[in-house]
Amino acid sequence: MNPRGEFPVLEVRNLQTYFYTTRGIVKAVDDVSFAVQKGKTLGIVGESGCGKSITSLSIMRLLPALTGKVVGGEILFKDRNLLELSDKEMRSIRGNDIAMIFQEPMTSLNPAHTIGKQISEAIKLHKKTSEAEAKNLTLELLSVVKIPNPEKRYDQYPHQLSGGMRQRVMIAMALSCEPEVLICDEPTTALDVTIQAQILDLIVEMKNKFGTGVMMITHDLGVIAEVADDVIVMYAGKVAERASVDDLFENPLHPYTEGLLNSIPKLHRTHERLKSIKGMMPKPTDLPDGCLFHTRCDYVKDICKKELPEEIYMGGRTVACWKYHDKWKEQKT
Amino acid sequence: MTEQKPLVEVRNLQKWFSVSNHFFSIKQNYVKAVNGVSFKVNKGETLGVVGESGSGKTTLGRAILRLTEPTGGEVLLEGQDFLKFNKRELRKNRDSLSCIFQDPQASLNPRLTVGDLIADPMRIQKKPSTKRERYEKVLELLDVVGLNRDVMWRYPHEFSGGQRQRIGIARALALSPKLVICDEPVSALDVSLQSQVLNLMDDIQKSMGVTYIFISHDLSVVKYVSDNIAVMYLGKIVEIAPKEKLYDNPIHPYTEALLSAIPIPDTKVKRTKIILQGDIPNPMNIPSGCCFRTRCQEAQYICADTVPEMKEYSPGHFYACHLR
Repeated sequence: MNPRGEFPVLEVRNLQTYFYTTRGIVKAVDDVSFAVQKGKTLGIVGESGCGKSITSLSIMRLLPALTGKVVGGEILFKDRNLLELSDKEMRSIRGNDIAMIFQEPMTSLNPAHTIGKQISEAIKLHKKTSEAEAKNLTLELLSVVKIPNPEKRYDQYPHQLSGGMRQRVMIAMALSCEPEVLICDEPTTALDVTIQAQILDLIVEMKNKFGTGVMMITHDLGVIAEVADDVIVMYAGKVAERASVDDLFENPLHPYTEGLLNSIPKLHRTHERLKSIKGMMPKPTDLPDGCLFHTRCDYVKDICKKELPEEIYMGGRTVACWKYHDKWKEQKT
Repeated sequence: MTEQKPLVEVRNLQKWFSVSNHFFSIKQNYVKAVNGVSFKVNKGETLGVVGESGSGKTTLGRAILRLTEPTGGEVLLEGQDFLKFNKRELRKNRDSLSCIFQDPQASLNPRLTVGDLIADPMRIQKKPSTKRERYEKVLELLDVVGLNRDVMWRYPHEFSGGQRQRIGIARALALSPKLVICDEPVSALDVSLQSQVLNLMDDIQKSMGVTYIFISHDLSVVKYVSDNIAVMYLGKIVEIAPKEKLYDNPIHPYTEALLSAIPIPDTKVKRTKIILQGDIPNPMNIPSGCCFRTRCQEAQYICADTVPEMKEYSPGHFYACHLR
């Protein structure tokens, strides 16, 4: 239970996912914890390579079998640790209790089957309904996600639909078994802004309707501001900052969050030169010592280069930065 | 707008791709990717072109460069019609135009070193004519884009996305072009790198006085870099205006909806969202009259009958809508 008296539907504790490559161990996700609340949206934001997608794949246990491995931590769902389940048990949870929407709907839909068949297959598998019932449910779902003319679309193939329409099909499929957690991995990145607005609107509507806990993974801070309740900012496999969405945008604590917010052009403000974060993301096989962000940080002091900062609690939010620690304040630059 | 001779003037540019359904079919169908686009860009300014996928913004860029032959219209570059040049004249005059592409990975030849890549346009144009001078120019360009001088011996795959885009920019500037067409130059980059590249492009414009046509789907980025902005929909410009006017007071319903649809990274800004229904129509089958009418909430009978003309709302602010 969190301080607001909410019970999480999904809780991730100290998750560690490593990749074993020929160039060394990549700590894609290192000691990440968070909880997804019922009927709330948790936003996970970060740049490419920060481990946000790997977090979601670890939860679904969809990591590439040969190289990627969850080496530590717990993923708690309904008092069960998902990491300890057998493949068969996991299959009954995947899609049924925890569903996922991916970035590119064309690659996650099978081009050789009609969309109706693909959705009803999921329903038949998890709900054990008859063919006719599954079809009725599918048609209902298609109209819930506002696909015009569901009967016609039922017999169409993915290539006959537009990108936004395909993403709606994915959402219909994800919602077919009324999951308790919906993981959206960059659901609107491949879509145009007007279509993005439609899809985000739909996800929020579905969340409110079914009380699903949503995990929204994106690199777009605008999307986060629009849909999320709580936000986690990730950098190089670690949580840099966690806060409620209002706190985060009003007063970003971590220098990385601050840098991110300063480096996006704002539509509602006048032309001012963008402040960018210097340098670039360190190589995942060659992470710096101490704070992972110190190579790009403006507030760097000696301690940042030596010791990894722990998450510090600051009034309902946390930040992993030495700047808020007494040791840093005492030190000279 | 000040009365100054524009560097580029595009008049009624058209690019229709012909598609025949069958080998023997008599009826020709066309995808009207760019369908009568006109605008002017002054020297040292930036025209932003925004639109959704399928709006023809990339084809517009390619047609101006003659990377794809336009099917009609004029592109006047300092008064000369770029489209009338024959092959030899075109090659001679190519140096005044250049382009930056979206995916630097795809637009840089993996087999050439960075030095060769940047020197390539100079070698082809023989400007400057000696190898020594070209070598010096490469070093100078690397300084301009903020890369280390010794990278010229390395290959594109050794660089990250942001650095590769810098190489692409250096190559685009090699012949000191007057006009650079930037086709989604930052879309493939992460936000922190995106701002570095945008700042770099801004610096280059200020120091070298180049003119940009900046094509992007991201309205916040376009607002940041542009002086004037053209909004495209199905091969047509529906609204063109200086950026403040466009963002503060959009006239065309499409611009209005587009602006309201962008997620703003600030939770305090509250707006009413206009959510457009449906998708952009198939460009092979453009709706009659106003091309936006199928998604417009205010559409009337007149919208289906006649194509709206460009009207002037205030100086420099043009729009094409019957109802506003």
